Amino acid sequence: MSDSVAGSLAAEKNFYQEKTHKGILAWLLSTDHKRIGIMYLFSMLTFFLIAVFLGFLMRLEMLTPGETVMGAHTYNSIFTLHGVLMIFLFIIPGIPAAFGNFMLPLQIGARDVAFPRLNLLSYWFYLTGAILALLSLFTGPGPADTGWTFYAPYSLRTGTNVALAVMAAFILGFSSILTGLNFITTMHRLRAPGMSFFKMPLFCWSLYATGWIQILATPILGITLALVLMERWLGIGVFDPVKGGDPVLYQHLFWIYSHPAVYIMILPAMGILSDIIPTFARRTIFGYKAIAFSSLAIAFVGYLVWGHHMFTSGISDTSRMAFSFLTFLVAIPSAIKVFNWLATLYKGSIDVTPPFLYGISFIILFSIGGLTGLILGALATDIHVHDTYFVVAHFHYVMFGGTGFVFFAALHYWGPKMFGRMFNSKVSYIAWGFLFVGFNMLYFTMFVLGYMGMPRRYYDFLPEFHSLHVVATVGSWILIIGIIIMFVNLYRGFRYGPRATMNPWGGTTLEWKVPTPPPLENFDKIPEVKHEPYYHPRNQEERQ
Amino acid sequence: MSGASPTTGAVDSVFIFIVAISLFFLVLITFLMIYFIIKYNKKRHAKAEDIHGNTTLEIIWTVIPTIIVLFMFYFGWKGFEFIRNAPEDSMEVSVTARMWSWLFEYPNGVETDTLYVPVNTPIKLLLNSQDVIHSFYVPAFRIKEDAVPGLQNYLWFEVSKIGEYDVLCAEYCGLQHAYMLTKVKAMPQEKFEEWYEQMRQETQSTYASSDSTQMSIEASPKTSMAGSRLVQTRGCMACHSTDGSKMIGPTFQGLFGREVVLIEDEKEITITADESYIRESIMQPNKKLVKGYNPLMPSQEGQLSDEELNAIVEYLKKL
Repeated sequence: MSDSVAGSLAAEKNFYQEKTHKGILAWLLSTDHKRIGIMYLFSMLTFFLIAVFLGFLMRLEMLTPGETVMGAHTYNSIFTLHGVLMIFLFIIPGIPAAFGNFMLPLQIGARDVAFPRLNLLSYWFYLTGAILALLSLFTGPGPADTGWTFYAPYSLRTGTNVALAVMAAFILGFSSILTGLNFITTMHRLRAPGMSFFKMPLFCWSLYATGWIQILATPILGITLALVLMERWLGIGVFDPVKGGDPVLYQHLFWIYSHPAVYIMILPAMGILSDIIPTFARRTIFGYKAIAFSSLAIAFVGYLVWGHHMFTSGISDTSRMAFSFLTFLVAIPSAIKVFNWLATLYKGSIDVTPPFLYGISFIILFSIGGLTGLILGALATDIHVHDTYFVVAHFHYVMFGGTGFVFFAALHYWGPKMFGRMFNSKVSYIAWGFLFVGFNMLYFTMFVLGYMGMPRRYYDFLPEFHSLHVVATVGSWILIIGIIIMFVNLYRGFRYGPRATMNPWGGTTLEWKVPTPPPLENFDKIPEVKHEPYYHPRNQEERQ
Repeated sequence: MSGASPTTGAVDSVFIFIVAISLFFLVLITFLMIYFIIKYNKKRHAKAEDIHGNTTLEIIWTVIPTIIVLFMFYFGWKGFEFIRNAPEDSMEVSVTARMWSWLFEYPNGVETDTLYVPVNTPIKLLLNSQDVIHSFYVPAFRIKEDAVPGLQNYLWFEVSKIGEYDVLCAEYCGLQHAYMLTKVKAMPQEKFEEWYEQMRQETQSTYASSDSTQMSIEASPKTSMAGSRLVQTRGCMACHSTDGSKMIGPTFQGLFGREVVLIEDEKEITITADESYIRESIMQPNKKLVKGYNPLMPSQEGQLSDEELNAIVEYLKKL
C-alpha cells in the first residue's frame, strides 16, 4: 500500500473538530460514518452493561434455592430482557454497526459508505427500536416474560407487554437490513484503485458475508414478528392451535432468521481476529482465500441448519436427520479458520499486546463453544441436553467467549485510532485475567449442570444442582470485576491517556495510514493499493 | 448398556465419543497456540517469515474434520434411532401437559399425576399439551420431547432399576415453569400389577354410584372425594388455592355463593357463583374472566366426563 497516504497531515482537523451542527445534533444529524460508528458503539455498550447487570441479578437469584432476591415473575422478565438486549441491541448490530461503520470505509480507502444518509437512518431505526424496547418495561402490563425467542403459543397468551417488545425487534430488523445493504454496496463500488476483492482486509470479507445474511434473512424475522402481532391484535390463527394454527411453524420461521443471525454475530468477530493476528505476528495471514471463502461458506450453509433448534419439537425424524447432517457441515469452515489462524502464528514474530491477548482468547473459547456444538448437532446427545444449561453454556462460549472477547480486542485494537489516545496495557492484562478466569468458572460449570439435567429458564433448582450454581455465581462476580476494570481502564485511557500515534500497533491495513483520529473524509487523496492487506515491508527486506 | 434406562447408555456412548475427539483437538489447538506464541515470540524470533498458505495443508485440514464430523453425525443418528423407536410391546401411557403439571392416563383408564411404571418394561409415552408448549424431560433416561398443543409426540424408555426419577418440564411455559415437576416411580413387576389393579377398582367404584340419579350424586361423599382427587391430578392446584390465597387464578375457598366481578366482552358484570357458573368456567374458562386475572386457563372441554365434572363441582361446593 502506498505510504504517501500517510502524509504529513498533522495540521488537518480530525473528524471530531468538524461539526455540521451544534451540541448533540452534531452527532444525531451527522452522516459521517465515523460519528455514526461511535454513536452505535456507545449506545451498544450502554445496553451491554445493562444486560450484564441483569445477568448478574439472574446469577444472584440462582445462588440459593427458592427465592434469593426476586420472585419468579421478575426472574422470567429479567432473563427475557437480558436476551433481548444482548441479542437485538448488542451482539447482532454489534461489530458491523460500531467497528464496521468506523473502519470499513477506512480499510477499503473510501471517504464514506455508499449511502451515508441511509446509514444515519439505520441508526435512527436502531434508536427507535431501543426506545420501544425500554418503553415495554415501564408501560402496559409489565415487561415481556417469554424468553427472547417469543415462542408461540405462550407469547400469544401471556398478559405481559409482548407486543411492544416484538415491535422493537421488528424495527431493529430494518436497521440491520439497511446496514448490510450499505456495506455490500460500499464494498462493490467504493474500493480504492488497485484494491481488488482479494486485496481487501479479511474484516471486510466477513462484513461482506454478514451483509448478505442481514439482507436475506432479516425480512423473515420481520414477517414472523408481524404475524405474532396480527395474531395478538386481530386474532388470526397462524400459530395458535386453538384457532387451528401451528406453533411449530412459528419455531421454523423464527429460526430461519435467528440461526443465520448467529453468524451475523460471529462472522465479523472472525474477521477482526483475521486482522489482529497478522498485525501482531508481524507476518501475512496464512490462507487468505481459505479464510475469505470459509466466511461465505458459513453464511451460505448457515441458512440451512435452523432445524437443529427444533430436534425435540416433534418435526419428522427425516428432517431431524437432514438438519443434523447440515449442522455438522457448517462446523467445517469454522475449523478451517481456526487452523489458518494457528498457522499464521507459525514463524511469526509475535508481540503479545492487549488486543492480541483478548483476540486469541477467542481461539480457545470459540473452540470450546464450537466443539460442544458438535454434541448439540448430534441427534442422540441433543435430545438430552436440548433446553438445558448445556445450551446456555455453549452459546455463551460462542457469543461471549467468541464475539464478546473479540469485541473487547477491537476496543483495544482500534480504540486508540478512534479516540486518539492510549490506554494502560498493564491494567488491560490484569482485566483479561479476571475475565478469562471468571468466564470459564461461570460458563464451564454450566456445561456440567446441563449434562446433569438442569433445564434453562428455571427460576429454581433441585438440591443436587446447588453447589455448581454457587460456583457459577461466584464466577459471574469475577467476570464482572474484570469487565469493570477493563472499561474503567479504557475510559481513562481514551479520555486522559497519552496521545496515540498514527500506527501504534504496526498495522498494515489502510486505517493505519490516516491520521489519528482520522479527518472528516478520511483521505486527503484516495490511496492507490499495490500490496496485499497484510504486507509487512520489513519481512521482504530481510528475505533479500 | 448400563444406566437407569437403555436410552441412557445410547446417549452417553455418543457423548463420550464426541467429547473424546473434541478434547483431543482442543488440547492440540491450545498446545500449538501457546507453543507458537512462546517459540515465535518477538524476543526469540525477531524476523517473521511470510508464508501465504499451503494447499496440501488446507486440503488435509478440510478433509480430516469432514470425515470426523461425518462419523459423529452417523453415531448421533444411530443413537437417536435407538431412543426414537419404541419396542413393539411397549406399554402406552398418555401424557397431558398443562400449566404447570402433568397428567398420566393408563390404558385401563387410571389417571395419576405421578408416573408409576414397572421395571424392565418398555414404556411409550404419547405426549400432548392442553395450553402452551411443554417438554417432557427425564435427565436420568437422557430423553426429552416437547408436548405441543395440537400435535401428538412420543418418546420411550425402560427403567432398569427400581427407584424414583425426576421428571422436569424443559420448555419454558410461564410463571411456574421451574415447578412443573413430577417423578417416574419404577416398581417391581408384581407390585405394579397390584397397584394397577387396585387403582382401576378405585376409579370404577367412585363412579359406580353415579349411575343413579342426580340426587344421589349430591349426597354421595364418595363423589366429592373423587372431585378432590381430580382437582389434584388435573393440575387445578397449580393455579387455584383452597385456602384463600391468591395465585395465578382465583381461590376455590368459599367460591360457591360468592359475589364475583367478571369481565365479559370487555364489560364488567357481577354475578353470584352458582353451579352453572362453575360448570361454564371449567368448560369455557375464558368466556367470562374474573376481574384482575389473565385468560390463561385451558378449556376442559372433552377432557372431563360428565361424572368427573359433577364430582369436581360437588367438591368445590364444600370448600
